Amino acid sequence: MTATGIGAPVRRKEDQRFVTGQGRYVDDFNRPGQAHAYFLRSPHAHAAIRSIDTGPATIMPGVIAVFTGDDLAADKIGGLICGWMIHSKDGSPMKAGPHPALAQGKVRYVGDHVAVVIAETLAQAKDAAEAIVVDYDVLPAVVDTAQATKASVQVHEVSPDNTVFNWHLGNKDETEAAFARAKHVTKIDLVNNRLVPNPIEPRAAVGEYDFGTDNYTLYTTSQNPHVARLVLSAFIGVAPEHKLRVIAPDVGGGFGSKIFIYAEETVCVWAAKKVKRPVKWTSDRSEAFLSDAHGRDHVTHAEMATDENGKIIGLRVHTTANLGAYLSTFSSSVPTYLYAPLLSGQYDIPAIYCEVDGVYTNTAPVDAYRGAGRPEATFVVERLVEKTARELGQNPAEFRRKNYITQFPHATPVIMTYDTGDYAASLDKALEIADYKNFQQRKQESARRGKLRGIGFSSYIEACGIAPSQAVGSLGAGVGLWESAEVRVNPTGSVEVLTGSHSHGQGHETTFAQLVSDRLGISIDQVSIVHGDTDKVQFGMGTYGSRSGAVGMSAIAKAIDKVIAKGKKVAAHVLEASEGDIEFKDGRFGVAGTDRSMAFGEIALQAYIAHKFSGQDLEPGLKEGAFYDPTNFTFPAGVHICEVEIDPDTGVTKIERWTAVDDFGVIINPMIVEGQVHGGIAQGVGQALLEGAFYDESGQLITASFNDYCMPRAIDLPSFQVGMTVTPCPSNPLGIKGCGEAGAIAAPPAVINAITDALGHEDIAMPATPQAVWRAAQKARMPMAAE
Amino acid sequence: MTTVSLTVNGQSVTADVDPRTLLVQFLRENLRLTGTHVGCDTSQCGACVVHLNGQAVKSCTTLAVQANASVVTTIEGIAEGGDLHPMQAAFREHHGLQCGYCTPGMIMSAIDIVNRKGNALDEQTIRAELEGNLCRCTGYHNIVKAVAAGAQAMAQAPVQQAAE
Repeated sequence: MTATGIGAPVRRKEDQRFVTGQGRYVDDFNRPGQAHAYFLRSPHAHAAIRSIDTGPATIMPGVIAVFTGDDLAADKIGGLICGWMIHSKDGSPMKAGPHPALAQGKVRYVGDHVAVVIAETLAQAKDAAEAIVVDYDVLPAVVDTAQATKASVQVHEVSPDNTVFNWHLGNKDETEAAFARAKHVTKIDLVNNRLVPNPIEPRAAVGEYDFGTDNYTLYTTSQNPHVARLVLSAFIGVAPEHKLRVIAPDVGGGFGSKIFIYAEETVCVWAAKKVKRPVKWTSDRSEAFLSDAHGRDHVTHAEMATDENGKIIGLRVHTTANLGAYLSTFSSSVPTYLYAPLLSGQYDIPAIYCEVDGVYTNTAPVDAYRGAGRPEATFVVERLVEKTARELGQNPAEFRRKNYITQFPHATPVIMTYDTGDYAASLDKALEIADYKNFQQRKQESARRGKLRGIGFSSYIEACGIAPSQAVGSLGAGVGLWESAEVRVNPTGSVEVLTGSHSHGQGHETTFAQLVSDRLGISIDQVSIVHGDTDKVQFGMGTYGSRSGAVGMSAIAKAIDKVIAKGKKVAAHVLEASEGDIEFKDGRFGVAGTDRSMAFGEIALQAYIAHKFSGQDLEPGLKEGAFYDPTNFTFPAGVHICEVEIDPDTGVTKIERWTAVDDFGVIINPMIVEGQVHGGIAQGVGQALLEGAFYDESGQLITASFNDYCMPRAIDLPSFQVGMTVTPCPSNPLGIKGCGEAGAIAAPPAVINAITDALGHEDIAMPATPQAVWRAAQKARMPMAAE
Repeated sequence: MTTVSLTVNGQSVTADVDPRTLLVQFLRENLRLTGTHVGCDTSQCGACVVHLNGQAVKSCTTLAVQANASVVTTIEGIAEGGDLHPMQAAFREHHGLQCGYCTPGMIMSAIDIVNRKGNALDEQTIRAELEGNLCRCTGYHNIVKAVAAGAQAMAQAPVQQAAE
């Protein structure tokens, strides 16, 4: 390992600009002549629009234009799309209602887009929006996930009972047979609480149109600018693909919420041409709460069957997944193919059957949020495993160990084939770091102080490295999920890597440069990573699903291999040897068995000078591209152990210890990987203890600001003990599994298992706020009185 | 419109502003100092923290006119020439940032914590004092380490504090 190569904790190259305030986020861009957009949003969860009178707004000071859904329709601008087709059990396609960027005839959730005002200043646009007169016929709303299909309210005409799909996976008959012969069946009812992603940078967009060239430019807070360009051009029809440049510069966190193509950027690009001015929109936090895609929101009943030896023999799951008022870009895939295929967890379960009802409600669209389906699956599996162990009177760690998969590859009953792993190794290491053997002593010490101490396990698995294109195509994905890279070597030997991945906190400028440094033997200072601009990078699928290492870097590695191969041809001419005798090692091209060699940079120069070879035999220059399509998903897995102490008098849960042992395969930069783990755990702890998006019965979001929605703060969290085990991933050339979502996936069941362990009963839902825990603690104290 | 005159990062500035202009808008839009960020509209997230007369304030909840005749320091004003402020260097060294959006506010708050609480900060003090700053990326683990290390480093570099 070199100081800047693979495995080194290199300090991040991008940090110089971030710590000095020189980062460039979308809201930092101001274009000449720019006007400001403000969206009038629905105050009602469900209403027919009888009329919209924009007249009074258009004469307000500074107003340039006011547009409604009719204006978009007149220009034949299409609706927003959902890019993953799910088929119901009966083979019918999912029922997707129209999703106009600005409402047409109806609004379906509080925050739905009714009109846009474009004015000289944002303040003027806001003032004018108040002058728009909308005549609403307010309709009853359906909000509750579990009741959505029984409601008399119909969100979309296409779906009379609000069902988008009734989907299933696994083998029903085998599962029923397993339950029929089970010695013990454990049952659980779970709510996976709705969350708001809340990256600290709100979404923003600047649309621009050049009448001279007919070119459009969109600056946008996107995790995947090429996908945004493809959707905006090919499906929504705002601009031809080759005439639309999408730039996603520094982006301040995403966590999934910036994957999707939303109404606001669509309108900004379109309106820029209409008003002949650049148009800028920046979300404020209140808007973000209302209209960024939310996450999770499942209601689940699940049962686990065990035999007389305490082996898990069957799992059956029924989930109702709230998709909100419209199908967001990847929403349909999240509670289906990103969820049920992970229900085997780390366990050898011969029979699994899962049914999922996706439903419409009058709430914000729900889509991928950090983990996307996999936290929901892990919560089901790990709560059930814990409860089963307790009911069987077995130690929860040893019950897990007994049921772990130990032979690889392992085909689960829910379409995944795990390639590698060593789950017991992670468990052993976690037990050691957590000092599990002395837990009872700590519990007694807590009890002496009147406190309840509990310990909770989470043996999670996830499917990352999304994903083999043919495989996801067969499951309904609209596009393949490969990644592209181009490695441009300059005559001076410096290197630019153009990648289809996008960094919004992951540190790609450093880790990707480490790969180049490692492979080409040059300093990371000689490497620039270029991303987030469709005029520079030809195409890419973007960053989500912990895919940038396993897929994005594999594409770079493939391009580097081609650069080295080309370099050998150049070196053969320059060193006057046959190509087969040229070796590339430690940054030098050399002739085998001799001391003749030249540095990588010298060969790069020779490739461009092109004096030493015929341009007809060998093309000058040194630049190679690659598209990498993975052969399988990757399967990061690990064990997290949470230890809590509850004050039964106040209900406050304090996390005393957090142990995370993860197997991410080969690690490029351990400092960055540990940081990803920390951040993921914080979001998972947030879900378990603090966060919840709640609508009242009328569909008003009552947790719509940081005053009301409890974000994790520094004081809510402990320092984390992070350890690693490594089984290299055999499914990509670098052995990487991915690390971005692990913490958010592992954490919620670890916390709830710890709380229920402390309480001595299972009756607690997320978020386990002090109020909820206090009630549960009272129940534990006085079971008769509480019932 | 009303006129405001103040000192920002050592430079005197005077401008006519709409009276409702927030200090953060004035910094970002009038002075193009875009290192100070806006992450919420309820004075909760702290991405907008700057120093007003040496004390941390949330510039999203301060009117520009309130800063009249005052001294304001932003994230762009704390490095000395090419040398990072010790707190900036500590955030980089300890990986106390990921997306970078909350970072300017975090660093300005952290310096203020040191100014108020001294250079030897324990973990609980740092976590409690960071109540007004939200980070969604790091889980705070490395921010806490960075603040502790930055606080110690500031004791070795008194020049930086005098600069404010």
